[in-house]
Amino acid sequence: MGEELEMTVAPDMVRNLAGAAVSVELETPDMTLNIGPQHPSTHGVLRLVAKVDGERAFDVQPVIGYMHRGYEKLSEVRTYPQITALINRIDWVSGYANEIPFIVAAERLMGVEPPERAQFIRLILTEMARISSHLVFQASYPLELGAATPLFFALRDRERVLDLIEMVTGGRFHPNFNRIGGVKPAVGAGPTTRKTIQDLPAGFLAETRDAMDRVLSTADQLEDLVAGNEIVLARTKGIGILPPEVAIAYGVSGPNLRASGVGFDLRNVSDYLPYHLFDFQVPVGEAGDCWDRWWVRLEEIRQSASIVRQAVDSIPSGPLQAKVPRIIKVPAGEIYVRAENPKGEMGYYVVSDGGLGPYRLKIRSASFSNISILRWALEGTLVPDIIAIMGSLDFVLGDVDR
Amino acid sequence: MSPWLALAIWLLVVATIIPVMGMAIGYAEMKISAHMQSRIGPYFAGGRFGWAQLIADGVKFFQKEDLVPDNADRPVFKMAPVLVMVGTVGLFVVIPFGPGLTPQNLDLGIFYALAISSIGTIGVLMAGWSSGNKYSLIGGLRAAGQLIAYELPLVLAVVGVVILAGTMSLDGIVQAQISWFSEAGWAWGMPFVIVQAVGLGVFFIASLAELSRIPFDMPIAESELVMGYLTEYSGFRFLFFFLAEFANMFTLSAIAATLFLGGYWVPGVPDSILQFVGPLVLLGKIALFVFVSIWLRWTFPRFREDQLQTLAWKWLVPISLANIIVTGILKVVI
Repeated sequence: MGEELEMTVAPDMVRNLAGAAVSVELETPDMTLNIGPQHPSTHGVLRLVAKVDGERAFDVQPVIGYMHRGYEKLSEVRTYPQITALINRIDWVSGYANEIPFIVAAERLMGVEPPERAQFIRLILTEMARISSHLVFQASYPLELGAATPLFFALRDRERVLDLIEMVTGGRFHPNFNRIGGVKPAVGAGPTTRKTIQDLPAGFLAETRDAMDRVLSTADQLEDLVAGNEIVLARTKGIGILPPEVAIAYGVSGPNLRASGVGFDLRNVSDYLPYHLFDFQVPVGEAGDCWDRWWVRLEEIRQSASIVRQAVDSIPSGPLQAKVPRIIKVPAGEIYVRAENPKGEMGYYVVSDGGLGPYRLKIRSASFSNISILRWALEGTLVPDIIAIMGSLDFVLGDVDR
Repeated sequence: MSPWLALAIWLLVVATIIPVMGMAIGYAEMKISAHMQSRIGPYFAGGRFGWAQLIADGVKFFQKEDLVPDNADRPVFKMAPVLVMVGTVGLFVVIPFGPGLTPQNLDLGIFYALAISSIGTIGVLMAGWSSGNKYSLIGGLRAAGQLIAYELPLVLAVVGVVILAGTMSLDGIVQAQISWFSEAGWAWGMPFVIVQAVGLGVFFIASLAELSRIPFDMPIAESELVMGYLTEYSGFRFLFFFLAEFANMFTLSAIAATLFLGGYWVPGVPDSILQFVGPLVLLGKIALFVFVSIWLRWTFPRFREDQLQTLAWKWLVPISLANIIVTGILKVVI
């Protein structure tokens, strides 16, 4: 009995008790607030261990790994065509865009060049995925600040974009649509011959033009509703400032980096899709605060809609699939291909030993690097600003944990 | 009629009117917000227009298991929703629904109303403290901070009306608006809002904060604190908080309508008719305030706690003090 007592009373507990007896000051111990893994605004299963003193958090430690599915390892036991089914589940908000860098990596190792029409279809769908991903951000971010209405406006038009993606690929979130050497749209009967043909569904181009007009008008509507709101400005301006050097040091990429004033966009730098044929601007923020991150994403919706319109107007005709062997074997070698995904830079490092599947696949996902800045950015913020800053980084947990 | 029978009838009336009012406002909120957000809203319950949605919700709440967290402070946890409801019910006592239709015409009506409306916040603080949940605790303390910040402008905004009316009785304030300018030979009076628009603005903002509705819903703040002080509540206790919020909206709007818009009174209608249409007139004026607050709720995000304090202490309090000075001068001049 006596022994147990000695074990349960820790030495520093006794010291604290003794201190309390002589101290006349009111002690306010810190509270550890566990935000997540189940919480309305952690975008999935992110967990933040926040040490708070009243409303002020002085140390916020993100804990990740609740969503780890082991895709890098799973890829090693699958063939190249099978892997696309896995990787569009990484960042499920823009599933289509995930496939592109992997497919391009495999094509480059094989020395296959996809036909131009296939490249245009890839580009159109990638930009649609960007629009739908940014519309999800436009929906969720005001909700995290407390305004529910923009959610419905943004999701309404995201639905149209997803319908278009579904029309071509058969899937809303997980299209699994790219093939090595081209794309594989839904099969339909040709109008004049009985032969089945593979091409974009009838009416797709016209409906796309229509949907892009709607997206642009929704972007204006959202700007009216959110940007014209004094409370939004008060909640986001000057909050969560990421200076460009810090953002680069942490490997932040995509809209978050551009909001900090660095005009780096892989669409202009890399040639994984024919972006050089189109005319678009790269919106760049000034202060790098939450407001700029919101604004950059809104502006990117407009730019993407403009790219889609240009692509729809100038899409060439031709085959959708290059000639590839029936059984795809990638020659031995290694390659890193990166692309500008809606969330930031996404890259695949593929090592092939000449077999049916990759020997090793390393996935560089944007959200993982983007949220690595959370601890730095959240130090000394208020509890409401934790949510405001976290939401403005626009991450997806599938993209963090893979 | 024996006093016990009268009491029973009164209790029945109160027990019917308050939930019905709460549900009517809750339904209005569902439908109006739906139309603001290109949705339809409740549609199936009750056959048409989803009119029975909130009744169905209420029945659902009754069926829920009565959950009290293990490390909650049980008696306090159970008392909190009752206290919140008491504050709301107490407010109904002094609202004049028509000439001679005030449940209890207190001489200090408005003073009583402002005092009892803050009891609800103590219930909220109790709920936050007793839940044994950190989110609830932060929510409860935010509510306490909000109470201190907003009680002052709420009271100061009323002072202007009291100066003009020369009485604190709510019925007296309505009568004062009816007979305003009667010395100048006007046939009709005027609602106080024409010189108290600033007071109405401050009162309305402060009462939104009192109700902790967006943009002042920091004590609940779903995206930060899960559900704030309500996190651990479910079933019937949650229903109490839910109904109290909407019933409180009704009573505070009724007081705003009484103070600034003339309550049950419409110009040119004699007392004999007002006795019957008075409650409807008051309901119409309440609906105006309720609509505006629903409109604001679905348009604005929420403030941060420190921004709320800034708004209260640096803007609303000085504005309402200036309003009192101007009103005092006006009273002397007129």
